[in-house]
Amino acid sequence: MNIESQDLYTQAILSMSALVGLTSFLMLGQGRLLRLIFVFAVQGLLLTLTTSMAAFSLDNPHLYISAVLTFALKVVFIPWMLRKEVLTMNMQRDVEALKNNTALMLGGASLMVFSYYVLQPIIHTSSMIMLNAIAVSLSVVLLGLLLMISHRQAVAHVVGFMSIENGLFFAAIVATNGMPMVVELGVAFDVLVAAVLFGIFFLHIRTSIDSLDVDMMNKLHEVDSR
Amino acid sequence: MSWLIAILQTALFVALAPLLAGFMKFCKCRLQNRRAPSLLQPYRDLLKLTRKQPVISEDASWLFCATPYIVFTAMILAASVVPFIAVDLPTSAEADVIVLVGFFAFARFFLALAGLDIGTAFGGMGSSREMTISSLAEPAMLMAVFTITMTASTTNLSGAIEHVLNEGVVLRPSFVFALFALLLVAVAETGRIPVDNPTTHLELTMIHEAMILEYSGRHLALIEWASQLKFMLYGVLISNIFFPWGIAENFGLSALSYGLLVISGKLILLCVFLGIAETAVAKMRLFRVQEYLGFAYLLGLLGMLSHIILESTR
Amino acid sequence: MILFLAYSAVLLSFASGGVAIAHLQFPNVQKKLVFWLLGASGLMAIFAGLGELIYPEIRLDTLNLGLPWLPWHVHFDSLSAFFFLIIGIAVFAVSLYAPHYTHHEQKDAQGFAVLSLFTGLFVAGMMLVLLADDAFMFMIAWELMSVASYFLVAFQHENPANRRAAFLYLLMAEVGALLIILAFGVVASFADGFTFDALRASTIPTTWMSIAFVLALMGFGMKAGLVPIHVWLPEAHPVAPSHISALMSGVMLKVALYGLIRFCFDLLPEVHWQWGVVLLIVGTVSALSGILYAMMQQNLKRLLAYSSVENIGIIVMVLGLSMIFLANHQNELAALALLAALFHAFNHALFKNLLFLGAGMIHHQTHELNIDMLGGLIKRMPKTSMIFLIGCMSISSLPLFNGFVSEWLAFQTALQVDVLDNAVLRSLIPVSAAALALTAALAAACFVKVFGLIFLGVPRSRHAEKAKEIQDKGMLAAPAMLAFLCFFFGIFPSSILHLIDNVTEQLLGSTQPTKDVLSFLSIAPVSPEQASYTAPLILIGALVAAGVSFWLLTRNSETTMRIAPTWDCGFGGLTPRMQYTSSAFTMPLRRIFAPAFLIDEKVEKTMRDDTKLNVGEVRYTLHIQDHSWVRVYQPIERGVNRVAKQVGRIQTGNIRTYLGYSLATLILLLWVVSL
Repeated sequence: MNIESQDLYTQAILSMSALVGLTSFLMLGQGRLLRLIFVFAVQGLLLTLTTSMAAFSLDNPHLYISAVLTFALKVVFIPWMLRKEVLTMNMQRDVEALKNNTALMLGGASLMVFSYYVLQPIIHTSSMIMLNAIAVSLSVVLLGLLLMISHRQAVAHVVGFMSIENGLFFAAIVATNGMPMVVELGVAFDVLVAAVLFGIFFLHIRTSIDSLDVDMMNKLHEVDSR
Repeated sequence: MSWLIAILQTALFVALAPLLAGFMKFCKCRLQNRRAPSLLQPYRDLLKLTRKQPVISEDASWLFCATPYIVFTAMILAASVVPFIAVDLPTSAEADVIVLVGFFAFARFFLALAGLDIGTAFGGMGSSREMTISSLAEPAMLMAVFTITMTASTTNLSGAIEHVLNEGVVLRPSFVFALFALLLVAVAETGRIPVDNPTTHLELTMIHEAMILEYSGRHLALIEWASQLKFMLYGVLISNIFFPWGIAENFGLSALSYGLLVISGKLILLCVFLGIAETAVAKMRLFRVQEYLGFAYLLGLLGMLSHIILESTR
Repeated sequence: MILFLAYSAVLLSFASGGVAIAHLQFPNVQKKLVFWLLGASGLMAIFAGLGELIYPEIRLDTLNLGLPWLPWHVHFDSLSAFFFLIIGIAVFAVSLYAPHYTHHEQKDAQGFAVLSLFTGLFVAGMMLVLLADDAFMFMIAWELMSVASYFLVAFQHENPANRRAAFLYLLMAEVGALLIILAFGVVASFADGFTFDALRASTIPTTWMSIAFVLALMGFGMKAGLVPIHVWLPEAHPVAPSHISALMSGVMLKVALYGLIRFCFDLLPEVHWQWGVVLLIVGTVSALSGILYAMMQQNLKRLLAYSSVENIGIIVMVLGLSMIFLANHQNELAALALLAALFHAFNHALFKNLLFLGAGMIHHQTHELNIDMLGGLIKRMPKTSMIFLIGCMSISSLPLFNGFVSEWLAFQTALQVDVLDNAVLRSLIPVSAAALALTAALAAACFVKVFGLIFLGVPRSRHAEKAKEIQDKGMLAAPAMLAFLCFFFGIFPSSILHLIDNVTEQLLGSTQPTKDVLSFLSIAPVSPEQASYTAPLILIGALVAAGVSFWLLTRNSETTMRIAPTWDCGFGGLTPRMQYTSSAFTMPLRRIFAPAFLIDEKVEKTMRDDTKLNVGEVRYTLHIQDHSWVRVYQPIERGVNRVAKQVGRIQTGNIRTYLGYSLATLILLLWVVSL
């Protein structure tokens, strides 16, 4: 079962999944917040493209709506909101010193292999495209978590969280040829709510500890470390 | 017959390398709103240098004088291996892509030694930096190359190109990654912005130029020509592996001339692209090069992984 | 006949040691005879090895030596023969090199006798290891090799640092031997008897087999110098005389690899891919850290020792590949990987021997091994520099030399992973291949540093400035012969690859996929369509291209070269101290790979006055330590000390207590017997 024998749609979807994986890696290695948000927007754009491709090839008009929603939320609204937040906080010049960038990247690559390894059992019950797309989306989810672990800024955490959602969304589009409209609307609404909630949280964190560096929250530790 | 064509092709390759360098300079000049020198200027420079009397330091050994010939020869050998206007030539069966990387290593080894030969700080600095950068670039390059060779299941360049040709247009995510990885490596290895600046003579920024600072006359001409050849080698490699369409598959005159036309078109496009990139990007600090090459390595790795994960499931 | 040649090789090296002692008693016995005998031993070993490789056949014999009920079983097959060939070449080269070298290094007769005696015993021990066909003889020969080489390391024992290095070597050799005995014991407990045949026939549960594998890997790995149990290597090699370190690095490490191959591929009834992964990872780590540490060294012999760690790492890595393919029933590819590993072992023996002998020549002429104190030797020692350059090019795996061919084969093997089913393996192996590429590139950087700083530039010390070319013919001929072999096997690798095919045939029952279609000129490991390498044609092409360009450019006689002083930017007064030094050359890589080292870097400035602006003197110190010392050995050392203190408590010093211990032991033993 090789890529040459697949149709053009499958090849395009596979390339898209590779690019989505790449954007996850780019986010993982990114120290600057504004660029992180930009890469996140690119990932959203790739999702939009995938969705519209699926809509076109499966002739499923409600996927177009979902594509428009994705575009509006993940390419325009959330990046814009985060960007505004970063600019008002005057953090655009902060470069987060990522310790052991190489180790992080290699860790990410091994997570990718791992997610493929984990999903190997379902190979008999599903098509190639499904397995591979799910493997990539699982690794996007894991990479999102790794992003949250490795970065200190709360904004980066939000981006990581959102990219986890992106991974799940990608799997849904590719593997199930689009979820029912109701579910998608619900998810989109959830994301919107999450974004708003995060905005409120930022406000609170900032007023209480005067920074968005989550390591500062160590101060809230109950037991005195010394 | 095929041997004759192979030798002619190599000779053409060697002859055209300065032209490509001239065109690259032309692109950059136009993009930066300057007047460009004539396309033939590199030829004039080379000719002038060969007529000049070379000056050799009294501390130099035979190795210093032998190095230009060795470097130039290694590049000619490399040029004979890379399919330029036709595939399936006998020379490309002599050596595969790993040997090609070996030729580059050979040239670099001697160039770095020549940098150390005079015993000045500049030469040592250039050698040290060149060896550092190349040792980081080599794994990235091989990772990208391995992706391609595993897809084509051959390390023979002709074989790989024929595989891509026979397969027709296939969207391969691994090739996208490998292409970008190879582009980044090519920029680093040919000493162009943002890794090195071929036009600078400032001790803090130069790498390749520092190594060859002591060369003059015909020796300098050979080394310049060799680095133009290296630039062209990477260009041809990238354009023919990833976009092989148009390369001559038989040795008819029309096929060959069409192949020449097509490869010139590809190289022109590549030069324009590179010129835009060089104009838009500033040179990096030396100790950011490892991040740059690390990224190239990551791309190569992702290409390999997506080949294994996405493309050849069993 | 061939077995007779092998025996005579062993006996001749014993005799060489014996003559050395005789020379002490009867000074009229020629000193030269020692080296004649050693050389003859080397030649016999070469003949025996070649003979067996050309006419492969398993030759068995029993010698009525050793324990009465356990005669020594001798077994000479192509694997042993291949390593015999390696030993033979190295010993022959050393026997040419040593007469002049030892004459100057060691003036008194007693020292000479000791050195030659233990050299003979050492060589004989190594050969006996290869001949052994039972665990008992194997261990005796192994110990002979280890102990004899201990005395050689401790040869210059006047210096306390040397004694410490020698002790460390002995300690690790003995711990390693203990682990090997345990490994044999584990297998033997499931077999009847200690002969290798019995071990082969044993039926072991998988768990115990894995335990035996791990024990053997650690035991042989200690001798071979795998990270993190390699630390004796960089300590012991610089201390021994150069021709001895050449033998140790070039040959003894290979004997350890022989043990590993014999144990895993021959004695154990089957292999598992997990073991292959272990070897792959250990090998990759050894290769990378070996070369990184090598790069940071200033002492030439220490650097070469670390580079041995690197090369052994590469070989073990490829052995791991072979194991993985074998466990996946890809016998042809397993044979190809084993071929690559064995060929690299052979090549490493050649060029490492050459480089150590070269280091000896440099030391002999300049009394200096610190790279930062040399320079400009290419003009003072032109022949030596040419020979050394060939060694550097081979070890940097440049095309046209032998090191390249074996690494090329390793890459080709690694690229065959598509046949494997396991996706994790398929992604792991290319990554380790890329690590191999990094290793090769770093090795090139390292040996540019070595050759560039030692031979090029301007002399950095008076010793280097006063250096003269070596006059003794034998001392030049030995490394020159090795350099020729490096070049020859780089151009015609198929000549030896055909012989190694017999080894894999005997060991794995299959050869590389293209054994029959190979011509003499080119090599193509899998199929000619997939990859081929024709070195002779490349050489011809290179000669033609270089010749034509040289002729075209120098035709015009007006432009002869003008010799001028070096351009000093107009400031005047270039001094040798302005040249790049070893630590300056490697600074970028040290910074990039900083997590791999324990770096202690200090800059001290003393001010001329109180203004803190006028810097008077700057002192820069750099100390780089091996991670494994701090991470592995110091904890073990502390633990051992703690246990030893506890155990020390039973030593009261009171004689009656000791008698009480004896009584208690006696009673315990009697009870055990009565069970």
